[in-house]
This record gives sequence, C-alpha cells and structure tokens, in this order.
Amino acid sequence: MTAHDAAAPALELRDITKWFGSLAALRDVTFTVRPGTLHALLGENGAGKSTLMHIAYGMLRPELGSIRVDGHTVKFRSPRDARAAGIGMVHQHPTSIAAMTVAENVELAMGRQQAARRLGGSVEWVRELSEELGLPLDPLARVESLPISMKQRLEIVKAIVGGARLLLLDEPTAVLAPSEAAELMSVVRDYVAQGNSAVLITHKLAEALANAEEVTVLRRGIVTHRSRADATNAEELADAMIGAAGNLGRSGGPGQREPGEPLIVARDLVLRRAAGPPSRRVIALSVRAGEIVGIAAVEGNGQRELLRTIAGVVPPWSGTLDVRHPVAFIPEDRTTEGLVSELTLTENVVLGDAPGAGWRVDWSAAERRTAELLRVYQVRARGPGARARSLSGGNQQRLVLARALSQEPRVIIAENPARGLDVAAAAAVHRRLAEAAEAGSAVLFHSTDLDEVLERSDRVLVMRQGQVLPAPPGADREEVGRLMLGAE
Amino acid sequence: MAKKVLTRIPKEEREESAFRRRLRVARHTLLPVVLIVVTTLLVLGAALSLAGYDAGLAGAALWRGAFGSWDAITSATLVRATPLIILALGFALALRGGALNIGGEGQFYAGAIAAAAVAAHVASLPAPMAIGATWVAAFAAGVIWVSVPVLLKLRFGVLEAISTLLMNFVAEALVSWMVQGPLQEPTHIYPQSATLPASAVLPVLPGTRLHLGFGLALVLAGVLWFVFNKTRWGFQLRAASYEPRVVEIISRRNVGAMLAIALLVSGGISALAGATEVGGVSRALYQNLSPGYGFTAIAVALLARLRPGAIILSGVFFGALEAGSAAMQRDAGVPAVIVYVVEAVVIITLLLIEARGWRRREALAGA
Amino acid sequence: MLIAGFLAATVRVATPLLLAALGELLAERGGSINLGIEGSMLAGALAAAMGAAWYGTTAGMVFAVLAGAALAAVFALITVKWGADQIIAGTAITLGSIGLTGAVYRLAFGAGGAGLSIPTVAAIEVPVLSRLPFIGPALFAQPLATYVALALVPAMWWFLFRTRAGLELRATGEDRRAARAAGVNTVMHRTLSLIAGGMLAGLAGATLVLAQLGTFAEKMTAGRGFVAVALVVLGRWHPVGALLAALLFGAATALQYLFQAMALDVPYQLFIVLPYLLALIGLAGVLGRVKAPGELGKS
Repeated sequence: MTAHDAAAPALELRDITKWFGSLAALRDVTFTVRPGTLHALLGENGAGKSTLMHIAYGMLRPELGSIRVDGHTVKFRSPRDARAAGIGMVHQHPTSIAAMTVAENVELAMGRQQAARRLGGSVEWVRELSEELGLPLDPLARVESLPISMKQRLEIVKAIVGGARLLLLDEPTAVLAPSEAAELMSVVRDYVAQGNSAVLITHKLAEALANAEEVTVLRRGIVTHRSRADATNAEELADAMIGAAGNLGRSGGPGQREPGEPLIVARDLVLRRAAGPPSRRVIALSVRAGEIVGIAAVEGNGQRELLRTIAGVVPPWSGTLDVRHPVAFIPEDRTTEGLVSELTLTENVVLGDAPGAGWRVDWSAAERRTAELLRVYQVRARGPGARARSLSGGNQQRLVLARALSQEPRVIIAENPARGLDVAAAAAVHRRLAEAAEAGSAVLFHSTDLDEVLERSDRVLVMRQGQVLPAPPGADREEVGRLMLGAE
Repeated sequence: MAKKVLTRIPKEEREESAFRRRLRVARHTLLPVVLIVVTTLLVLGAALSLAGYDAGLAGAALWRGAFGSWDAITSATLVRATPLIILALGFALALRGGALNIGGEGQFYAGAIAAAAVAAHVASLPAPMAIGATWVAAFAAGVIWVSVPVLLKLRFGVLEAISTLLMNFVAEALVSWMVQGPLQEPTHIYPQSATLPASAVLPVLPGTRLHLGFGLALVLAGVLWFVFNKTRWGFQLRAASYEPRVVEIISRRNVGAMLAIALLVSGGISALAGATEVGGVSRALYQNLSPGYGFTAIAVALLARLRPGAIILSGVFFGALEAGSAAMQRDAGVPAVIVYVVEAVVIITLLLIEARGWRRREALAGA
Repeated sequence: MLIAGFLAATVRVATPLLLAALGELLAERGGSINLGIEGSMLAGALAAAMGAAWYGTTAGMVFAVLAGAALAAVFALITVKWGADQIIAGTAITLGSIGLTGAVYRLAFGAGGAGLSIPTVAAIEVPVLSRLPFIGPALFAQPLATYVALALVPAMWWFLFRTRAGLELRATGEDRRAARAAGVNTVMHRTLSLIAGGMLAGLAGATLVLAQLGTFAEKMTAGRGFVAVALVVLGRWHPVGALLAALLFGAATALQYLFQAMALDVPYQLFIVLPYLLALIGLAGVLGRVKAPGELGKS
C-alpha cells in the first residue's frame, strides 16, 4: 500500500442511482478517483458516463447515493457548489462565450475573490498563465474566431483558473486531430503529476490504457469493470464495454441476399462541409438493391456529410451522384430532426409524406394510416392523437422507421438508427431495415457502435478523414478498427 | 421496486376515447379563454368600484354601447372589429410560422396610403373594379412594406420583431408627409387626402355604417382557416415553428422561403385593414388613422390562439370593448383608455397560461 | 443665435431619449429586449406629474423612477421568471401603461385634466461655461437630468466593461447557458438590469414632464420608448453609441423645428425618419459587423 492509497479519495461517488423517467440511467454505481491519478471512464454512447459526471459536477442530482470530495460528504445543488469544492469540468462541446474574448472568458471562470483585479490587467496575466500551463492562448482573440483545439485549451485553462483540483474531461479528444490529442493528454498528465486528479471520459481504449492509472467501465448504467490500467488490456475492456458478443441476435446474416442493380452511384463526389472549404477527398461508391452497407468511422470523419449528401439533405459540392427515388432518411437526432415532439403522431406521419403527396391534407385518412402504422410497427402509444413527446425513445424510433418505410423507399439512409435504444428496440430497428433490403431497397447506414456496423451489414465501408475505404470481405473487428484509425 | 417502475404503463399510452379527447381539447383551449375574459371584466368592475365609479352603471353603458341596439352592434362594434380582425389574421399567419410581425400598424398605414392614392385614379371605374383596385394596391403595398424586414431577416438575420416595429415609425412619418404633400386635399389647407371618389367608397349595410370590409374580414378568416387546417403548406408552416429542421429534412421544404412567404402575405393582409378603414370609415387618408389597431390586434390574435374562426369572435369582443368604452366614458365617466388595461391583462394572462407562449398550445390535427 | 438654439434643442430632445436608451441598453446587454420601456417611460411621466403637483419636483423624480421600475419588474417577472415571450409581453406592458396612466390621470386630475400646470425644474447654468458662444446654452445651461444622462454614459461604459458585474451581465446576455455554467446568477442579472433600465426609463419620462413640457397628457411619450430601442440598435449596444444616436435623433428633430421656423420647403418627415432608417441599416450590419447580444429576445 502506498501513501496515495491511504489518502482520502479525491472524489468518491457511492451507490449512485439516477432515473430518467422510467429508465435507469445509473444503478448503484460506485466510482472512486484517487488523488494524483488520471482515471479513465469508459463506455459506449448512452452507457451513463456523462450522466455520472454531470452528477459529480452538480448538474444533475442522483435519486440515491452519496458524493464525497477529499473524504468529506458534499451535496451539490449546482455546478457552482462543485467548483467551490475544487471540481472543474471540460465539456465535450466548448462552453465559452463565443462573442467575448479569451481574457473575458477566463475572468468569468475565476471566482469572484480572485477576480478582484480589473479586466484591463488580466490580459497579460492570462497570456502568461496559459503559457505556463503549456496551453498558450491569445487573450484578446474572440472565442468565435478560434479553432476547435484552441477552444478546448481555453476550457482547460478556465477550469484550472477556477481552482479545480479535479478535472472532469468529457471526451476532450473526440474533436481533435491525433497530434492535438496527444498534446492535450500530455498537459493533463502534467496537471495530474502536480498532485491533482482527473477523470477522462472516452470510448477510445488505447487512449485510456496509455494515459490513465485506473479504468472504470460503464455499460447501460452499471459498472462492469474496474481495475488499474496496467492490470487489464483492450480485449477485456472491450468486452466490458460491449458485453459478450453475439447476444444481440440477428435476423439475416451478411451476404444472404442477392444484390441487384445499383441504386446509389457516386462518382468524383466532393462533399460540402458545414463550415470551411469542401472536403478535398473525392468519393466513389455504389450500393445495390438488396444490400445493407454499413459505414464504420470515428466521429467527424465525413460520414455524416456523406450520408446527408446522398439523402439529398445537403447538396454535393461537385461530382455526380445518382440516387434512385424515393429516398428515406433517418436522421440521428429523433427529437430535433426526426419528429416534432409537440405534434401528434398523425401530424408527424404527415410531415413525412412524399413531396408529390398533394397540396391538401386529408386528416381522417392520415389518422387511419397512422393507426395502421402504429399497429404494424408495434409502436406503443395512446393512439394517433398522442403527442410524439409522450413516446419512449424506442417507440419514437419505431415511428420514424414506420413513416420512412411506409413510403416504400428504394434507398434508405440511416444515421445511428439504434442510438439510445435498448436491446430489443435496437434489434427491431435492424430487423425492419433487413426486411426492407430483402424487399429490394438499398440500405446505407452508419453507427458509432462498430459492432453494430459489423453485425448488421452485408458489406462494410470505412471512412477516415473524408475518404471511403472498403473493408476487405470477412475482415474482423481489429482489422476494421485499424482501418478506421489509420493504423494499418 | 425498480421493476415495477419499468413495467407500469405510462398514462400517455392508455387508450383514450374520441369523446374524452374532444373534452380534453375543449378544456385546454376554450376554458382558459372564457375564464380570462370573465375574470378580467370582474376585476375591472371591482377596480372601478374601488376607484369610486358606479361599476353597474359603467357595465350597463359598456353593454349598451356595444350590443345595446342594432345600430350599436353594426355601426359601432362590428365596424371597430373589422380592422382588428384583419390585422389579427395577418399577425396570426406570421406567428403560425414562428415569426413575430409587430409591424401591423405600419402595414395598415402602407395599405391606407396605397388605397387613398389609387382611389383618386379610379373614380371613373365601376365600384367593384375601383374597390378591387384599392384592395389590390393595398395588398401589394403591404407586401412591399414588409419585404424590407423579410430581406433583413433572410440576408442579415435581423430579428423581424425589431425591424417591423421600426418600420411602423417610418410608415407614420410617410403618412404625415403624404397628407401634407403628394396626397394632400386640393385646397392644401387640411393635413388629409382628398375624399375618396364615390366608386371607391365601400358599400354599407343599408341603414348602418357596417361596410364591406367586414365581409372581407370574414372571407379572409375563411381562407386562412382553410390554409391552416386543410393544406399541407399551412400545416408545415406550423410544424416549422416548433422544429424547422424536421420540416427541412423530413418534409424537404425550404423553411426560410415558407417563412418569408408567410410574412409577406401577413403584411399584405394587414395592409388590407388600412384599405378598408379608408374606404369604409374615414373615406380619406388622415394622420393617426389608427388608434393602435396594430397592437390591439396582437391581443385579438393571442386570445383566439391564432385560430381564424376564433379571431372573428375575439375581434368582435375587442371591437365591442372599444365601442362600449366610448359609451362608458360618456355615460359613467369611466376613462375609455381603460380598455387598453383589459387588453394588456388578457395578453399577459394568455402568455402565462401557455407557459412558453404560443408554442405549447393544444391543437389537434384537423381540430 | 439660430445655431445656439438648434444645439440647445438638440440636447433637449436627446436627453430623455438618452436616458431611456441607456436603460434599454442595460436590459439588452442582459439579453432582454424590453418594449415595455415605452410603458415605463409613460408611467414615469405621470408619476412625475403627480409627485411634482403634490410634493414638489424632487418627489416627482423619485415617483417616476419607482413607477418605471415597477413596470419593468412586472416585465421581468413575466419574461424572466415565467419565460413568456419578450416582444409580446413588452407590447402588453406598454398597452397596459397607456390605459392605466390615462385612467389614473383622469382620476387624479379630473375628467378634463387640461390646463394642468406642474412646477418644472430650472436649468442649472454652469458659471462661465454657459456663456460660451453656441455650445454654452446647449451643454451648460440644461436641467439636472441632462447632466445626469451625460454622466451616465461613461459610468455605464465603466460598469459594463470594467467591472465583474458588468462582465457577468454581458455574459448573461450573450450566452445564458455558458454564463450559468460559469456560476453566474443569470436570473438576478436579467432581473436587476431590467429594473435598473425601467428606472432610467421612468426618469426619462420625468424629464419630459418636469424639464420640458410642464404638463402631462395621455400617450404623451408618443413612441419615444420605441425610439430608444432603435437608438440602442443604432448605437450598437454601446453607451457612447447610444449617446451619439440620441444626439443624432435630437439633431434631426431640432433641424425639423429649424426648417419649419425658416419656412423652408423640405419635408421635415425626412428628418424624423432618418434615425429609424439608420437603425435598420445598422441592424443589417452595413456599417460594420456588430452583432446583437446572443440571447436577445429569448425568454
């Protein structure tokens, strides 16, 4: 036992339970961060990592369980309380104020006592401090003009300036280039080496193993693994994150269907990006009738742009794109892009009518149609007149699918179609997609869950930095993973 | 225990009979409106009593002035209601899509100017054509007037609420210049336009002052009812006010263009109120033609929860208040301006009942 | 003489507008667009008239500030606490104020109410300086309110850009969520900035009555509160900008008097319209890219 082990934990979350409606986001989770260590918190999307950290940071309150900081029991009513206890958070999406300068944002992050100095004087101070921390920043730059890596730096500087002795980092490297990510991790290591502690939320196994002293894995709100980083390996962690393979069940295996004519053909396709110049990469791709093609990619590698371009939501920058109509698009975010939660199910179904459906709406026919869809697709709802927001996530996604498939699309484009769904609901979604493919549609989908892609596709494409690479037939998880990360 | 929570069926998922649903909708839409109106009037009565007025007398005078006689109903209440209904319809059309057109007052004046200007040139035409010409001109003027805020919104992202408000003052100055400049009456003495030629004056219901503009208001309400409830465009416009991206991604519509059209037509409709006021009531263009109709119309539209049919009723209600308040001031000495307090209380109470404004209103498909 | 009169008229017209604009500026920097400021101003005008008629001009000023603050507090309650739409709520407050002031005025001063004469505040002449040619009477022989308004410009600049509270207020107005994440009490900042803004609007109303017209009339503010909203936009949410915008508006109005006096055949409405047009152009960012506070209009 070293001295560190004997000291009180920097943060101790004990038996935390948190409900969102009837869904248990966390159940009896205990999570301990020893002082002077970096602790990686691993898990898939929706495993409860962020929820747990939001509880530690006072943004959410658990139904059950206790929080201790440096051995003292605390009750956080707001992030302010958490900051006062020496906890700082670096959010996945920067929370700085875009229209203000770096110095103003840093000053805002300081406690009132420290902020006695006036703004004019803090400019030099912010410059020096950020350089001292190894995170140099221009204090007079407006945050909106900074690149994302600089914004991330600012977040960390702000947390440290706010007096944080424990940093909660919510997937800080997700938006960074590899070299920037490495730089960031070394800064965090330095910070920890000075006796502070940090929690690194991530779903990158290698990052966790390379940088953390300890690792905790969450799956569906339960701790499935807890150990020292040097006492485990990637396979063990992957199993803990994803669960034993093969328990998801599948309806039709890859390659059982005979592919037909190509329904999506892209040649010399250059994608438009949300901001900045178009992607420099040229894409060629073809998907045939009866095929389910999955795209495996780490977040931010152009898969979103590709899918939305093919779906016709975003026009291409240049090149030829031939997509057979009708096209159904299943967007990632059900509640802001798929459904209008304040409208009824009937109204939401009518929103999905094909453009040629006529300028008048026959509401009684639409209601009958909706009732039929609810029955066929087993959507659990009070009826066609229920509001979309009254449905659970799984039932919402069933409705989105029902609406899309009822148009008998030739091409189906789906972003993370099973995101946030429980096992049964996820399986149901993929069963529907497989049925559509069997009926002669071309299905192209992406999931952030690599196993879902591997499991549910006839053919896998990998996207990396805007480039589409075919995965060799029969490639296993490791091969595809290396292709995704560019480590082949 | 946890298991129990997971398996219980949420209330939302239980079946509901059509009758119960109608009852629920009625409870959510009608009841608060009636409650607001009744409480506001009761509180007002109590306040007047406290202030030393004879509330009974005031109430009686209000009623007499608004509904006491055929003449009061037609020549006072419905005449006052006409511009309110038309302006409220314009406001409601924009707000259905989530845009705030606070410029009703300015668009009213744009329409009034256009109607007065065109009327002078169509004296020789038969009445239906002359009136039609003034209405078309007014509608076009309203569209043009509101196109400035629309362009600012589309091109520069300027809040339409601010720009339409600013345009009101420009419109008022424009009227002021018109009646002392280009459109001034021939003798150049009074700050007003020439009286409209007979062919451009709106026909009235015999024996009353109720003019054709009220008919136009009813027709417009019918058209908007159809657009809102029976057309895909009208429905998608409402959906866009909640979640524009769903309409863009799932319905494949250009929401910006939809909103622009809604605002432009909203301006055109509002301008028609100016044309009917000039053609049916004032019969010439004056400064201060509107005693704040554009703002009262906001209360009218909100009380009706943006439903065209209900806008007719709430327009008549506010028209009656304004008509009756004149009688109240005359007979009971109660200041007529007190009507504005009623309007304010109605607007604020409705805003509060709906928690997040109009966005959470209870409305079912086809209801 | 003509020029001196013109300058004096400019400053006189600009004073209440500047006060109201500074009040609105404070509210808008906190993310609230308060169209009820017209109502606050009107309420301030009536309160000043009543206070001055009964207890003297100082009481009038105090009453005005309290009345303006009271209406702004109602606005804050509705929009900040209960999340109602700012534009509609502000319109309603102004409507209510028109009705309430009209009724109370008749109640207090009788049905006619005409001929009401209220003691006014005297101009304070700064020795020597007020005798300067041209600018003397304009700048150094004005009522106290003018000096207060002018002094508030640097004071507000200092508050907004050199104090912690000002920083927090601006952060609230730019990005409420981020400000809250930084531990800023956004509800307090929005509420207080609205109430302080209402106080200034009330003072603006008092200036109209006590320093200029010497009487109250129904709807006497005649949209000056809305003008103040335009001036804030034109002044690009900066106190100095608001000052320049107010002076511009004052000059346009004074020029109109001047032209009328000289019987020149220029449509004076052109001058009235000018500031609104400039505000619209300013909104479009043609005069350089300045964005409104990010949270403006969001409840």
